[in-house]
Amino acid sequence: MVNVEGNGKSSLIQVRDLDKKYKRGGEEIHVLQGLNLDVDKGEFVAFMGPSGSGKTTLLNLLGGLDVPTRGSITVSGDEITHMSGSKLTEWRARHVGFIFQIYNLIPVLNAFQNVELPLLLTKLSKSERLNHVETALSIVGLADRMKHFPRQLSGGQEQRVAIARAIVADPTFLLCDEPTGDLDRKSADEIMALMEELVARHHKTVLMVTHDPLVAARAQTTLHLEKGVLVEGHKRPQPIMAGGIA
Amino acid sequence: MKFTGLILANLLRKKIRLALTIGSFAVALFLFAFLGVVRDAFGRGADVAGADRLVIINRTSIINPIPLSYRDKILRIPGVKVITHNNWFGGVYKDEKNFFPQFVIDPENQRQVFPEFTVPDDQWNKFLADREGAIVGARTMDRFQWKIGDRIPIKTTIFGGGAWEFNIDGVYHGKLAQDDETQFWLQWDYFEERVPERVKGNVGWYVLRVNDPDQSPRVAKAIDAEFANSPYETKTETESAFAAGWVKQFGNIQFLIVTIGAVVFFTLLLVTGNTMAISVRERTPELAILKAIGFSDRSVLFFVLGESFAIALVGGVLGLLLAVGLVPVLANALNGMLPVLILSPALIAFGLLTALIVGIASGILPGIGAMRMRVVNALRRV
Repeated sequence: MVNVEGNGKSSLIQVRDLDKKYKRGGEEIHVLQGLNLDVDKGEFVAFMGPSGSGKTTLLNLLGGLDVPTRGSITVSGDEITHMSGSKLTEWRARHVGFIFQIYNLIPVLNAFQNVELPLLLTKLSKSERLNHVETALSIVGLADRMKHFPRQLSGGQEQRVAIARAIVADPTFLLCDEPTGDLDRKSADEIMALMEELVARHHKTVLMVTHDPLVAARAQTTLHLEKGVLVEGHKRPQPIMAGGIA
Repeated sequence: MKFTGLILANLLRKKIRLALTIGSFAVALFLFAFLGVVRDAFGRGADVAGADRLVIINRTSIINPIPLSYRDKILRIPGVKVITHNNWFGGVYKDEKNFFPQFVIDPENQRQVFPEFTVPDDQWNKFLADREGAIVGARTMDRFQWKIGDRIPIKTTIFGGGAWEFNIDGVYHGKLAQDDETQFWLQWDYFEERVPERVKGNVGWYVLRVNDPDQSPRVAKAIDAEFANSPYETKTETESAFAAGWVKQFGNIQFLIVTIGAVVFFTLLLVTGNTMAISVRERTPELAILKAIGFSDRSVLFFVLGESFAIALVGGVLGLLLAVGLVPVLANALNGMLPVLILSPALIAFGLLTALIVGIASGILPGIGAMRMRVVNALRRV
């Protein structure tokens, strides 16, 4: 269940009274204003809103990349808003998988090595890391492209590698910032089908920012960010099927 | 190390830049090693000087002579064990480029005062019996492909001109690698017989050994007091002080070489620091991603320092290998103008250590910048 009232008791992600202010050129910008959010495990939520509405800021706060001016974020019982920088880094490694618009793969590493990166922070042995990476690349359909470098892959394939990297350490939730923003429609559909599969089959929790209504429609819930607060939008009634809406 | 692959991959991403940076390290290390070798060569006289040896020169200057008659007076001073005397011959073999030092020696006492130079007894005895004889250092023998029995003409530029002929009766070797094996020794009697009248009866300097090195200051003071207010006042000092003073005649070589070395390394620091800064700036988004997925600030610093360390290590080793190969070649090219050029293990270790320090230092500022970079800001620039 997803709600923006701030009354969930046992949600996976609980955001309470979240404020974020920036100073830009001497002017204070109040991006998020008393924002509340509850997201249960296995939800697929899309955030929409005009440019500058604070979608990416919200994603950064949820991912522990930025700290709020006020309020709290609790994930699986851990309140992250008061964690030190190093604790937050450790927390991100365990709980968050990031997927960005322009993939952000390391160009000098091949697909296998890119996906392996988060596992280098764990105590897994080399053979265990190999198994995990192979599984992740199989899930995204690129088991046969392990030795390919990013320059040898299409945009859609690069984003699949990025998704494999995001899921390889089995994080608590995935944060996706415009994951299809750099792709053509066909590739975007394939990526969204993959996201739906991750939610439906692998029970991942996905929070996604997008400008694209067609992409947002693939999520179970769409929330609109307006004037610094979230407003409930579309809720998809039917259960997600793998390979879903094209 | 599970991060080695990542560091190597990053190092190899710009191969030409990597080669140039490693090359600048290698050249700097080679230059450092060569300067160090030259510095050591200039300072070696002081290093190998006998602790119990004193050198007596004319108080005015080493080019002014001292009477041979002083020898017996000096020997009577308490504490003096044995004394010998030398003159600078300053001759030329075929061409002025073929420089090597030639000393007129006192055969009777030379080996007692300089026991570090060894000559087989049969060769030494032959030399004693041959007024035109010469004992030559092994390095000079090799340099000119001379053999025992060769007759060598040396043209004198100081003592009336003309060529003097010498028979090579023996070869001396130093006991230690750093001992000077370039000298050419000729007999005092032969010298005294042929030099102009004004030069006869005068020596260039005396070298003596004392019974107790702790008594050297007292003995030196007593010698100088003995000849005070005479027409030939003396200046007596330990051999190491004499050697250091000799080097100083060329200017402050040590300071010059150390300064050049420091400038080389400082320039290297700036060049490598700039390269690392560019490299880190180019990779800002990638470093931000690493931090986003859970790599700590320290890990990011470690990656940057690991790269600069690897560049310094490879470049440093290459430069030092180059020095090991080329120092002997350069030593030959210098035609014996300097004493033995030795690339000592201590110099190699110091060079490598300095290179690694420069390598790490060059990565520190870019590394700290990467460490402090805020992920959100870095990703916004993508």
